[in-house]
Amino acid sequence: MKQYTDLEYLKLSKGQRLLYRILSFLCAIPSKIGGLFGALWRLIKGAGQAVANETRDIWLTFVNGDWKTKLSFLVMGFGNLARGQILRGLLFLLFEVVFIGYMILAGGYWLSMLPSLGKVGPTEEYNMIFDTYVTTYNDNSFKILLYGVLTIFFIIAFIYTWRVNVKQNQMAEKILATGKKLKSGKDDLRSLVDDQFHKTLLSLPLTGIIIFTVLPIVFMVLVAFTNYDGTHDGYYNNLFTWVGLDNFNTMLSWTAGTGSGTQSYAATFGEILSWTLIWAFFATFTNYFLGMFVAMAINKKGINLKKLWRTILVMTIAIPQFISLLYVSKMFAKNGIVNGFLMSMGWIEQALPFWEDPTWARITVIIINIWIGIPYLMLITTGILMNIPQDLYESARIDGANAWQQYTKITLPYMLFVTGPYLLTSFTGNMNNFNVIYLLTGGAPTNPAASSAAGTVGYTDLLITWLFKITTGAESQYYLASVVGILVFVVVAVISLVVYNLLPSIKNEEDFQ
Amino acid sequence: MSEMQNSRRHMGLKASRTLANTAIYAFLIAISIIWLIPFVCIFLQSFRVESTHQVGYVIPQQWGFDNYINLFQTDFPRWYMNTFIAALVTAVFQTIIVLCMSYTLSRFRFKMRKPLMRLMLILGMFPGMLTMIILYRVLKDLGMTQANSVPGLILVYVASSGMGYYVSKGFFDTIPKSLDEAARVDGATRFQVLKKIILPLSKPIVIYTILTAFMAPWGDFVFARYIAFGASAGKNVAVGLYDWLNKDQISKCYTMFCAGGVLVAIPVTVLFMCLQKYYVEGVTGGAVKG
Repeated sequence: MKQYTDLEYLKLSKGQRLLYRILSFLCAIPSKIGGLFGALWRLIKGAGQAVANETRDIWLTFVNGDWKTKLSFLVMGFGNLARGQILRGLLFLLFEVVFIGYMILAGGYWLSMLPSLGKVGPTEEYNMIFDTYVTTYNDNSFKILLYGVLTIFFIIAFIYTWRVNVKQNQMAEKILATGKKLKSGKDDLRSLVDDQFHKTLLSLPLTGIIIFTVLPIVFMVLVAFTNYDGTHDGYYNNLFTWVGLDNFNTMLSWTAGTGSGTQSYAATFGEILSWTLIWAFFATFTNYFLGMFVAMAINKKGINLKKLWRTILVMTIAIPQFISLLYVSKMFAKNGIVNGFLMSMGWIEQALPFWEDPTWARITVIIINIWIGIPYLMLITTGILMNIPQDLYESARIDGANAWQQYTKITLPYMLFVTGPYLLTSFTGNMNNFNVIYLLTGGAPTNPAASSAAGTVGYTDLLITWLFKITTGAESQYYLASVVGILVFVVVAVISLVVYNLLPSIKNEEDFQ
Repeated sequence: MSEMQNSRRHMGLKASRTLANTAIYAFLIAISIIWLIPFVCIFLQSFRVESTHQVGYVIPQQWGFDNYINLFQTDFPRWYMNTFIAALVTAVFQTIIVLCMSYTLSRFRFKMRKPLMRLMLILGMFPGMLTMIILYRVLKDLGMTQANSVPGLILVYVASSGMGYYVSKGFFDTIPKSLDEAARVDGATRFQVLKKIILPLSKPIVIYTILTAFMAPWGDFVFARYIAFGASAGKNVAVGLYDWLNKDQISKCYTMFCAGGVLVAIPVTVLFMCLQKYYVEGVTGGAVKG
């Protein structure tokens, strides 16, 4: 595609400019994706190089090191102990003992079962004495997968610690060769509140994140490649096992099941995904512009009681969302207050189908979401609006710009520039906005065609509420939920990457500064 | 002549400005009413005595405290305590964790800093709800589900709270680094810098973090529902009140739901309004830094 210079671009008419920008955006996508693969390739190459360097370094340490260093390769911390760093040496040794003990007692078993996820399911045996069938539970696929992953984490931690141990010997030899003294245990402890203070501070948060976020996510990603569901719970009824890419094939296949009115998974997924994107778009931008409008109205010169207006709106943030959302949802019900009011005024004959008709329901959720979102946006935009240099407006007024022109030429570009990253996170946040949809409609009204594929799917269901329904539904198809979760991640990641790279506040950081 | 024209134009401008301001006042009054109506309705209906189901009018025909009295015949006090304890403990620990995380990422430059931040950004793109399947089973093995759900809930809320470091990191970034450096030159350790210099300056962000951490458990619905798993003693207010609006319960419990909602909303709202200033600072600061 032809690239215009700035001067040529300015000569274009408005429509041409828009077209040009859209085209250049579209043309940029392949190169962005190419860049992504390039980055990936560089990452792999870098990792390979790093491994090669490390191996060489370890080898050299071994060859050139003294006997203390050499023995440390087998007995971790030996070098430290032999050179008088008792605290470090003991910690290394303790870690090695714990690791070996764990691997012999448990880790080896979990690891060996990981490829099969368990061999013997629960068995029933006839018990003569009690004259009943007694079930014996054997392997536990769930635990095998969980502890298998944990064991792998542990092994990685061990390899890393071993490498640190080797490096320390190398360093110690160097330091001693120059005639300096090594750090004592006391120095080490002191450095934990000084040079190494960040390690102390991060230890607690990172442990939490690894155990409660990283481990579960790795586990759930792996579940997508198994048949873990309500009838294969891995212990009480049937074991579950690896099924390869079958679940992805199911989710992305266009062939519908048997029976009239059934729909393929891919079509259902596509339908829900497109509503999710539409919803995220409207939820983000209606809130953004209306919130900005309210903020500008309150900020306007000559408006009194600014604090009162703001407080009224902010107060609604304080009330827990589930109360307001559930209550508002009932207000719009067939026998709710809104219909009751409209009918008593004689404006309508019959109750309006706020939650019964697909289109009505979708529009109603978006409108109620405005009610939820405006106070936040009002707060956020108020602060930014006040930061816009006032002389910009003054010179615009002298040049004879009217209010609308000032808005489109100064306020809006400034706001979009500053809040670009916020808009992106708010868009992806809305894609996963479980509370608003689930508490307002629970996904209703039901979409019969889509429901034929997986569980009850409604017209207002987002991918995230669908995922929840799959998990808690009668069949508990965890593997399917996991596939949906991975696809949500992919969609969110792609949108974030593409938009983030196109954001002007990232590209031209100097504008407006 | 020109003076006349000028003053007439002036009058015109003034008139149009008054008109615009009147329109804005009308708009502001209208949205204030729209924003307050649901809360006024919920408040009024909690005093309705003549019927317990949904009706198409707002002002009760018979007033009374029956709904509030009935609340104490149900498990509501238990739910309330569950939520309150969870919120209190979460607020304390989450604040410690978030501040550790954000302070470190703002002040220290170490090798793993950038990869760590990127990793957390990527982890944040996974729908967190997915992990509740495994967390539920693990917590169940530990005996922290159903009736004993509170410790389990606290664990889940607190453990991964380090991921939400953005707002407070933005705050710490605004404290000049020269303060730290001066103290370091005078021989203070990193820990002393944090204790003696940073913490006294961080009151707004500490209060903001406590406030948001305290408010979140009152509104949590998904995890709480999954972990309580139908056991009434383990529900929090959100789950308990949600279940009252089921198809088969709503005709009996609708006004009680309103009363419960009022009881939940009042303390949280009062606390929020008292600390509103800090909340506003946090929200506006957080958005600009992205």
